[in-house]
Parts: sequence; C-alpha cells; structure tokens
Amino acid sequence: MKDFAFARPGSVAEAVRDVAAEPGAVFLAGGTNLVDHLRLGVARPELVVDVRRLTSREVLDTEDGGLRVGAAVTNSELAADRRVRERYPVLAQALLAGATGQLRNLATTGGNPLQRTRCVYFQDVTTPCNKREPGSGCSAVNGYTRYHAILGVPSAMPDPSAPETCIATHPSDMAIALAALDAVVHVVGPAGERTVPFGELHRLPGDDPSRDTVLEHGELITAIDLPPLPAGARSAYRKVRDRASYAFALVSVAAVVAGKDVRIALGGVAHKPWRATRAEELLRGGELTEHAVRHAVEVELTAAQPQPGIDGGNGFKIPLVTRTAVATLRDLEA
Amino acid sequence: MDAEVTLTVDGTEHRVRVDTRTSLLDALRERIGNTSPKKGCDHGQCGACTVLLDGDRALTCLALAVAHDGAEITTADGLAADGELHPVQQAFLDRDAFQCGYCTPGQVCSAVGVLEEVRRGWPSHASPDLTADPELSHDEVAERMSGNLCRCAAYVNIVPAVQQAGGAQA
Amino acid sequence: MTELLDPRAIGQALVRRDGEAKVRGTATYAAETPVAHPAYAHPVQATVARGRITAVDTSAAEALDGVLAVLTHENAERLASTEDREYAVLQSAEVAFRGQLVGVVLAETSEVARQAADAVVVTYAEQEHDSELTVDHPDLYAPEQVNAGHETDTAEGDVAAAMATAHATVERTYSTAMVHNNPLEPHATTALWDPAADVPLTVWDSTQGVHPDRAAVCEVFGLEQDQVRVVCPYVGGGFGSKGTPHANVMLAVLAARALPGRPVKLALTRQQMFFLAGYRTPTIQRMQLAADRTGRLQAIAIDVVEQTSRIKEFAEQTGAPTRMMYAAPNRRTTHRVAPLDVPVPSWFRAPGECPGMFGPEVALDELAEELGIDPVELRIRNEPDVDPETGKPWSSRNLVACLREGAQRFGWADRPPPGHRDGDWLVGTGVASSVYPTMRQATSDAAVRFEQGRYVVEIGAADLGTGAWTVLPQIAADALDVPVDDVEVRIGDTRYPVASVAGGSSGTNTWGSAITVAAREFRGKFGRSPAEGDEVTGSVDQATKDEDHAAYAFGAQFAEVRVHADTGELRVPRLHGVFAAGRIVNPRTARSQLIGGMTMGLSMALHENSVWDPRIGQVANHDLAEYHVTVNADVGDVQAHWLDEHDPFVNAMGSKGIGEIGITGTAAAVVNAVHRATGIRVRDLPVTLDKVLAGLP
Repeated sequence: MKDFAFARPGSVAEAVRDVAAEPGAVFLAGGTNLVDHLRLGVARPELVVDVRRLTSREVLDTEDGGLRVGAAVTNSELAADRRVRERYPVLAQALLAGATGQLRNLATTGGNPLQRTRCVYFQDVTTPCNKREPGSGCSAVNGYTRYHAILGVPSAMPDPSAPETCIATHPSDMAIALAALDAVVHVVGPAGERTVPFGELHRLPGDDPSRDTVLEHGELITAIDLPPLPAGARSAYRKVRDRASYAFALVSVAAVVAGKDVRIALGGVAHKPWRATRAEELLRGGELTEHAVRHAVEVELTAAQPQPGIDGGNGFKIPLVTRTAVATLRDLEA
Repeated sequence: MDAEVTLTVDGTEHRVRVDTRTSLLDALRERIGNTSPKKGCDHGQCGACTVLLDGDRALTCLALAVAHDGAEITTADGLAADGELHPVQQAFLDRDAFQCGYCTPGQVCSAVGVLEEVRRGWPSHASPDLTADPELSHDEVAERMSGNLCRCAAYVNIVPAVQQAGGAQA
Repeated sequence: MTELLDPRAIGQALVRRDGEAKVRGTATYAAETPVAHPAYAHPVQATVARGRITAVDTSAAEALDGVLAVLTHENAERLASTEDREYAVLQSAEVAFRGQLVGVVLAETSEVARQAADAVVVTYAEQEHDSELTVDHPDLYAPEQVNAGHETDTAEGDVAAAMATAHATVERTYSTAMVHNNPLEPHATTALWDPAADVPLTVWDSTQGVHPDRAAVCEVFGLEQDQVRVVCPYVGGGFGSKGTPHANVMLAVLAARALPGRPVKLALTRQQMFFLAGYRTPTIQRMQLAADRTGRLQAIAIDVVEQTSRIKEFAEQTGAPTRMMYAAPNRRTTHRVAPLDVPVPSWFRAPGECPGMFGPEVALDELAEELGIDPVELRIRNEPDVDPETGKPWSSRNLVACLREGAQRFGWADRPPPGHRDGDWLVGTGVASSVYPTMRQATSDAAVRFEQGRYVVEIGAADLGTGAWTVLPQIAADALDVPVDDVEVRIGDTRYPVASVAGGSSGTNTWGSAITVAAREFRGKFGRSPAEGDEVTGSVDQATKDEDHAAYAFGAQFAEVRVHADTGELRVPRLHGVFAAGRIVNPRTARSQLIGGMTMGLSMALHENSVWDPRIGQVANHDLAEYHVTVNADVGDVQAHWLDEHDPFVNAMGSKGIGEIGITGTAAAVVNAVHRATGIRVRDLPVTLDKVLAGLP
C-alpha cells in the first residue's frame, strides 16, 4: 500500500483542477472500491482527492418529469427514494440487490457505476493482468472464469499473452439498471461540462483493457439523469448469484417495458452493461410471449463466446441468461 | 503522509495523528485504542468492522480516516456507554445470538442501523412490495443482516434477536 | 461405568459468562492485546509455487521511514528445530508452495509495515510445480496412518465378490471441495520477547490450546516451558485452523525476538489465510455398496484420494466413519494421498467425519432409490449390533431413534413426491445420518482453590465460542455440589494447569473430567468447609476410563431444498437435526453449537469452494467476497433437537461432545434433497446452480 497525498478541495472545479494536474491523482467518493484497491495495491495513486462533500446529495425532479440524482446521493438514499421506488423499480431493485446495507450507506451514485471488475486476477497483483498492468497478459483466460464475460470477447479462448485480451465483467448492479433506463451522465472535466449517454459510458476492452469507461483523466461525474418513462411503463431487475445475498451477479437482467417498447440490459456477461439491442429489436411491437423472449435472447447470444476454465468455465451463462430474461419479462407481464 | 483528524468516538472527542492511508478501523483500533469494531477481512467483505458513522451503519475498513475528519462514531461499546446494555445487545444475550463473539460488535451496530432503516421505511431486497413500509419479518431481517458474516453461524438466533429488539423499541 | 454427576447446574441453559463483553466488543482478542508501543509486522509471501530464492533486495523497504527491521532467510535467526517444515520459517531459500513465508517487515505502524513488505524484492529460480490433485496421480501413496491415529486401510471379507453377486449395487465417485476454515478473527499474535524477564517470551495468540501452542513454540525456538507464557482468553473462531499453530505464530515470535523488549503484532490478512492457516483437503471418494433385496448391505467400501503438502503430511481420515456406521459382512476402506506443491492442509471441523459422511450418505440415498426403499428405513435396516470396526458394544447408540424422531418432527412421511413444484420452486427433501466419535484427551489438569468464599477453578482450556467459559463452571459446581455462582473458572493461559487442545469435540469431556477429579478430591480432602487457600489439582488420567465400549454421538439431519425452476438458485428453507450426544451440559450453548455446525454444513453443501488454480498454484478466489460462506439470508428454519441420552461409560458428565457432529451428514442431506427436487444427482460439492440447470423444466 503506497503512500499518497490527500486533498479535500472546496469545489468541484478545484477538485477537477487538482486531479487534472496530477497524472497519478484519483477521485475519492464513498471509497468502497478505491480503498479496497489501495490496500490490494491495485490502485497506486500519488494523490487522492476527496469529492464526497462536493457534489449534490439531492434527488431533484426535472422539468421533463424525470429525476436528476446528485453524484453524492448514497445508494441507500437513492433506493429509498419514494419516486425511484414508484417510477423506477428496476433501479431500486438493482441498488438493493447490490452489496449490503452498510456498504450502500457509503457507496455513491457517482462512484458505483465506476467500480472496477471483480476478476480475481485483476485483484491479485502477483498475477499478470492487462487491465491492471497493460501488456502483462491475461490470467483469466482458461483460469477461473465463472464470473467472466461471454459477450464482447473475440473468441472462446482469446490469446492470454496478447496485450488487448481481457474477459472481465463489469460488476455494478446499479449500472445495469441505468443502462436499461437510458440514463444520462453529467460530467465535469478540465475541458468543461458534458453529458454522456449511460450506454456509452462503459467500454469494451478494445485495444486498451485498462480503461473501463470513456471518461478522461480528471473528469468527474456530478449527476445522473433518469429520463421519464411513459405512463404505464413497468420495469424490474433480476439478479442471479451464488448465495442469497452479498454476492456479485453471475448474471442479471434489467428490463423496462413501455408500451410496445422493450429494453433489456444484461449484467455479468460483458466488460460493460450489455444492452441486448438485437433482442430488443426483435421484440419491439410484438407480443412478449415466453417463446418470443426466449428466441430474441437466444439470437442476442448467438455471438456469445463461453469461456472454458477451471471449475467448469462459464458456458452455463448462456442458458442462465436466457432463462433469467424469460422469467423477468414473464413476471413483468403478469 | 501524516495528517491530523478529529473523531468523536462513543461521545469522546479524539484528536489523532494518522497516516493518509489509515482506515477509520485502524484509527479506532490502533490509534485510539477502541477495539470494539473488529477486523475480519479489511475489504468490506465481512461486516465485522461495522459502526454507526454519523448515525448510519457503515464499514470502517473501507473508510479513510482523513476523509471522515470530524465524524461522530458509535461503536458497540458506546451503545452501552451508560453501563446498561442497549436493547439489541440484551436481545443478543437473551437469544445466544453469537458464539465466538468476533463478529458480534459489528452485528450489534448493524442491527441498530437496520432498526433505524426500517423505521425510516427503507425497503430491502427482501421487501415483497417496494412501495410499502417494511415489516420486521424473518426474511427482511435476514436480508438486511446479510452484510455481517457469522462463521459460527448464529444466524437463526440473530434474526429473532433483532426482531425482539425491534419490538422492544417500538 | 463412571459415577455420573448429579445434574443441578448441568442441564441449565445459563447465559454465557463472557456474553456482555462480547456484545460490547470489550473482550480482547490476540491482536487487540493492550500493550505499550507495539511494532507491527507484515509478512512477505512467495510468488512462485516452487523454486529457490536467488536474491533478496530489502533496500527499498529498509529505506522507508518507520521500518524497524526486515527479516528474510538471509538474516533471520536459526531455529532450534526445523523438523516441522511448516514451522521452519525463513530458514532456507527453498520455496515449497506459493504464498509461503519468505520474509517479514517490522515497522512503527501497520501502514508502513505493509508498504515495506510490498517493497521487498525477491527473485526466484522458479521450478516446475505440481499442485493439482487427480484421482490417478502418479505419486499417490499410502500414509503410515491417517489423522488421529487411524489405520490407513481396513478390509474384511470380499467386497468384489459381494458386488458381483448382490441384488443391487451402487458404484459411484463423489468429491468434496477444498475448503478454508475462515474463522472471522484472522490468525493473529502479539508477542513480546524480553530476555531480562523471568518469563522472557509472552505470546498472546489466537489458539485453540495455549499449552499445545506453547509446546510447539518451545520446540521450534529451543526454549523451556517455563520461559514461555501463552495467553488466549478469547478466540474469534477456529474450527480447527487454530488447533495446531501455523507458520504465522512462529513468524511472530521470530519477529519479536528480533526486537527485544518491544511487543510485536502480527495479524494475517484474510487473503494470507488462504495460504497459511490450514484448510480441508479436497477429497475424492469412490464408493461401493452392495445390498440384498431387503436393503441389507452385503458390502460397503470407500477408497479415498486426497492431498497433502510435500513439506508436511496431513492425511484426513475420510474413510473412518464408513468403518463403523453400518453393518455389512464385506468391508473395505483405503486412503491414498498425493504430495503436492501446496499449502499444508490441516484440521477443519470434523476432519474425517465431515467429508467422510458425504459420499457414503449420498450413496445410500442412491441405493434406497434403486431398491425402492425409504432412505430412513434403509438406514434403520443396516443398524449394527456392535461396532463393526472393533466388535465392541456401543456405549450408547441412538441413531435409529434420531432418525425416527427426526422423521416425525420434519414430517418425513408426508414428503412431497419427486419433482414436486410449488409456484416457481421445485421442492425436495433429503435425509442423512450424522456421527462423531466421543473422545477424551490424555492430558489435562485442573486446580480447585477456595478463595474468599468462592471456588476458583483454573485450567488452560480454550473457549472459541463453544461456551467453555460458561459450561466448565456448571460442571465444577455440580462436582463441588455448590451453586454455580459460587464458582469462578479461569481459562486461556499457560499459567493455569495444562490443558488439551479444544479439538475433536473433546474439550468438555477432557477438561470436565479433570475438573471433576479435582473437585471430588478437594471435597475429600477439605470437606464442605474449606479454609482460604485450600487447593488441589486433579488430572484427567485419574478419571475412570472405559476401554470396553465404542463411544460415538449420532444424529440424523433432514433438509428441505427449493430449486428455482427458472434459474436453478438453491435455498434450504428447513434443516432439522436430531442428535444423541449424551447429556447436554448447557442447552443454550449446545443448541448454538449444533445449529452452527449444521449451518456450516449447509455452507459446505451450497457455497464453499476454494477454487484451485493449478497453473499458478493458489486458490483463485482467496477472499471473502469470492469465497462464499453462508450469509444470514441463506438460512431458514434450522433446528437442533436432542434425545435424552444416558451414557454411563463416557465420562462423569455423561456428555459426548457436540462441536463437530452438526457439520457431518448435512451436505449429503442437501444433495439428496436436490435430487428429489430436480432428478439431478450432484456428486461433486458444492451444489451450485449451474449443476442443476439441466434438470429444470
């Protein structure tokens, strides 16, 4: 655990300036992921800039009938918000399926979507990992892949020594719901303010697995907008995990049904929250029968590359995702 | 790098010198000498370090002391500050809701937090209706207490202890 | 026959004496020992699974402000004994497994110690390693004996002939996963080496036995017993992993001796515990059962394959329960062990019986299905009259009564049919037997002294949550014939008379016997009106010892499992156990021990799995986020009941030991219920949802 300087600036602008000026600087909000990584040696910053008290801790109604969630709103507060519980159950359910009460009291709206993969090799600094140490290789390929990706990976056993190889998954439950809700991320950076559609926030590994998102160094999430859903819209989040609580998802499904529109986001399957756009297209305007949903998700998964590995690999995710999606939409239709 | 922080722990203010890397947990245990919160994993994976941080249950292993300058902390020991056990502590004794005792202060603080969260009407993953006010059912308590591992597995005694304390407080 | 104590305090559900300190968090565990100005130690671990250290560069570590010392094999003191290679810390350049201790840093703060440990650069000449257990591993060998002194192999009659001619047979291979004890309190030590003091070495250690701990430290460092004091009033769980000291204890003492006069604290991190604190070997169990058409067993055999470390042999006695559970004329048990480049396996709650009641109890379920006989009835039909292993009569054996009472309490007769569906869930029920031997250790003394109107009992026993702080006074009170409030028991310190390890469910039997001897002698010597300071010491070896009977506790566990019809998620809403374990000394703490064991069995059934990565030679999921233990929401209605069992042969308390029996058989009951619900027979633990997907509608 490397030594670092600590700063608590008085404003967002100052915080952004501080981080932008120091390549080894990071933002600290709730700390639930960063402090974990500091202690593991996964994060080795020179400077930690505390922004927990700088951004809004309020959930505001927006003019279009949606909600604007300040980045400092905790996961507990957001899940307990009456408007979220009534209008965006998919989000409340995703938040409540994540972590535990005492973690949700610390974790924030701005921080949660930026949490990093739970890949056991990423977390272990004694093993090669392209995400943690670019170019060192990927230990996960043909290793312990139970929690790893099946979508957005090039093949059923990518070259572990190639610098671009990474089969990690994104671990946030909240992010899967936000992807399905077409949320919008407000960002302040050295170049000013911008908004990023939530679906574009996270990246696939591409040629640089070290980057989880499109945010540039020094860019800070200040708020997340939840656009309004049409009247009568229904939504739900279903998480499947290895124990009843306090475990990361094997797979998860966030679904929003609004009139003839269907949105499905999948968790636990890719380096980013995976919008099942092919399945959505097939389902749009049609009856959401079990058969139709199963077919649509199966089509979505034709590109899947189940990973072999010790302890059986992760091929089970293909039927599991399909079954979970079918069950989630069945319950929404009921 | 060193820094000075002020922490109010169980009603007593402490001005302590810490490393920027020092967790709230280590500030309490190694600097202030309050070992009521326990270190079971140091990574937010067991709940043994749970305290009430500015009124809410929180993990002290994942909180940097420098980031919580000025915080008010209540540990399990502080819950019995006047020498009388808190109703949650009494219920844990009555129900034998522990064995080795190592996770217990965290369980106790977590339970106090749970009762407050239920009082506020916060839902949980186990709530049958997200929009309704939650009740202290078995499933509600078990889900809400799942952030506190008990390797001795006193779970079936912890749930009724929390329910008992909740009833006694109502 | 033993003269049983007249139970007055015994049998009372007294509240734990250490309870208030524990709910407040003021009970101090080893790392919390309040000492002045401690130094903090952080280990350095090997990053190769086999090899030789070719260079160590400690300069960056030593350059850090606040670093007091960096010890490696190059500068650490030479130990008096390196015979036990697990304990021979920092003695050579050889690396025998990944994660092995190769150094330790001492610093003014824990943060600097950790940083400096990371900064130690160790270079290795890596050698090819072999860390993967396979059923046909070329190096498999038969150990001289297996854990607890059991025979490696046993055979009687002709199993092969019986298999060839029997009406029904089962021949299947089962496996249990590598699992780590993971007590919530990490292994930790505070050690002070003060050469000028009367007792130069004080070790506050988290241990299941202060005296065995001290003996190991003395052996390794060449010290006399009177030069070392070990203190441990509270243990934050052990489950066997603190039953024998591990290398971390020796490293802490080594570090303290490098810093005379300064207390040193060394607590393993959770991650380090997956390398250094012991674990249960994975087991592969080839089972053979042969039965006639009525279900009477003609043959029972188990051939066990498991692993040990190349540097130290630990061979789990997985085949042991098969030797005595059921009657059959033809029998065979074998153990073969593969020595691998892996950490040293050790005790984990019910070594032998826990994994060894998995394969056989699932195989019996498979046999019951093939024969169309109820699995409860099948077990009853194979009840042996005498111990099949020794031919001795039972001191008491109430397995059949446990099965019958459990079946009745559980509603077994009305069990839902195979594949029963209730809403979104498939429902099944299953049963298995439980067993644990009743043991008493050979060594333990207790002192009874009259002090200011109270009786003080001193014995170096340990309470790892078991209830010894509360239960031993109950035994002493009845043995002295006084109210329990008049008795104070002091434990957890080598200043008190020698006591055996809290292991093998033998603590209460052993220490209680010593206390009873001492108390009876005290009364004999001083009568009912002792004078201040009157004192006697009694020893367990003076207690009546029965050699003519086979003594075991038995039980039956019934599980209801629900499998989600869409996702395969598994839940166990009901887990009921009935046990026959002699007299129960404290129903409150006993119930907690039994439900705790059963819940840990549930954890073994559904969750626990140290996923071994043989490419690098370590547990891939080495923390509590990725190594799952059961959480509160996984647990439903867990009930432990017991029969009123009178056993005059075991000891003066009539008690059999209850710390471990609860974890035996549970996983089999769960697997049997999963089969009933889904038609899928999972033979390899844990039962995770991916293994049942194929059985879902």
